[in-house]
Amino acid sequence: MELYINMALLTMLAAVTVAIIVQRDLFSVVILSGIYSFLMASVLIVLDAVDVAMTEASVGAGISTVVLIGTLYLTGQKRELNYHRSIAVPLFVSLGTGAMLIWGTWGLPAFGIQDAPVHTHIAPTFLLESIPETGVPNVVTTVLADYRSFDTFGETTVIFTAGLGVMLLLGGSRRKKKKGETKS
Amino acid sequence: MQALDAIVQNYNYAITVFLMVSGLYIVIASGNMIKKIVGLSLFQTSVYLLYISAGKILGGTAPIIDRNYTIYSNPLPHVLILTAIVVGIATVALGLAIVARIHEEYGTIEEDEIFKETGL
Repeated sequence: MELYINMALLTMLAAVTVAIIVQRDLFSVVILSGIYSFLMASVLIVLDAVDVAMTEASVGAGISTVVLIGTLYLTGQKRELNYHRSIAVPLFVSLGTGAMLIWGTWGLPAFGIQDAPVHTHIAPTFLLESIPETGVPNVVTTVLADYRSFDTFGETTVIFTAGLGVMLLLGGSRRKKKKGETKS
Repeated sequence: MQALDAIVQNYNYAITVFLMVSGLYIVIASGNMIKKIVGLSLFQTSVYLLYISAGKILGGTAPIIDRNYTIYSNPLPHVLILTAIVVGIATVALGLAIVARIHEEYGTIEEDEIFKETGL
């Protein structure tokens, strides 16, 4: 049953992607990408990744949509302009990449089986040791904050750097504009 | 029946490849920078699907230890993708800040108009 729910949601995801490709109205593109993120969050719940689904729904569908709408407001552009661009090169590059990726998936183990190499390496250790070693029942929290906490520390550094970059890019330009106004 | 099985087995991988290729296509084919960034985030999101699909065990449950369940999906891809989502929003925000800055400098976010203006 979960297999068929998963397939139905993935088909809807592909349909939304096609809509994003053909849509030229920028506001619609932004809202469609929000719908895409919510569908992705639903797929993640079906695939048992509840923590990831929660993050994707709040960050992907929430913050990312807000940031995109903010940029639409700042730039004030409503539609993608229709230039006569050649689609031959992008089509060739993406279809070539797609063919190579499909070729790569041939070697992957079947979906959802229990004895795939991913499930036999370190995951059983995490699942068995989580309660005795840390007392936290949610294993994702244990791995994130205990076993791989340096990884999470690096992630916060990335966020800090990105925030710094956004502030410098947007704050710096506003200062420049003020200077220009006093000159004129 | 065997063909149907093969489709069910590979459906997640096929959709992952389709989403990734669509993101790549939007990034190259679209001249509008906001749409390019949306394409970039599609590309990133397809990677989440690939990792979480690999971590799924059919008939398993979410990796929260409870004595009523014995089969859990793999928690490690979930942790990696949590990090990836947060890094993804960081790149999208930084990219959009650069787009806003380009708009202030050139008055447009269309690649072709900027190329025309600068004579490239």
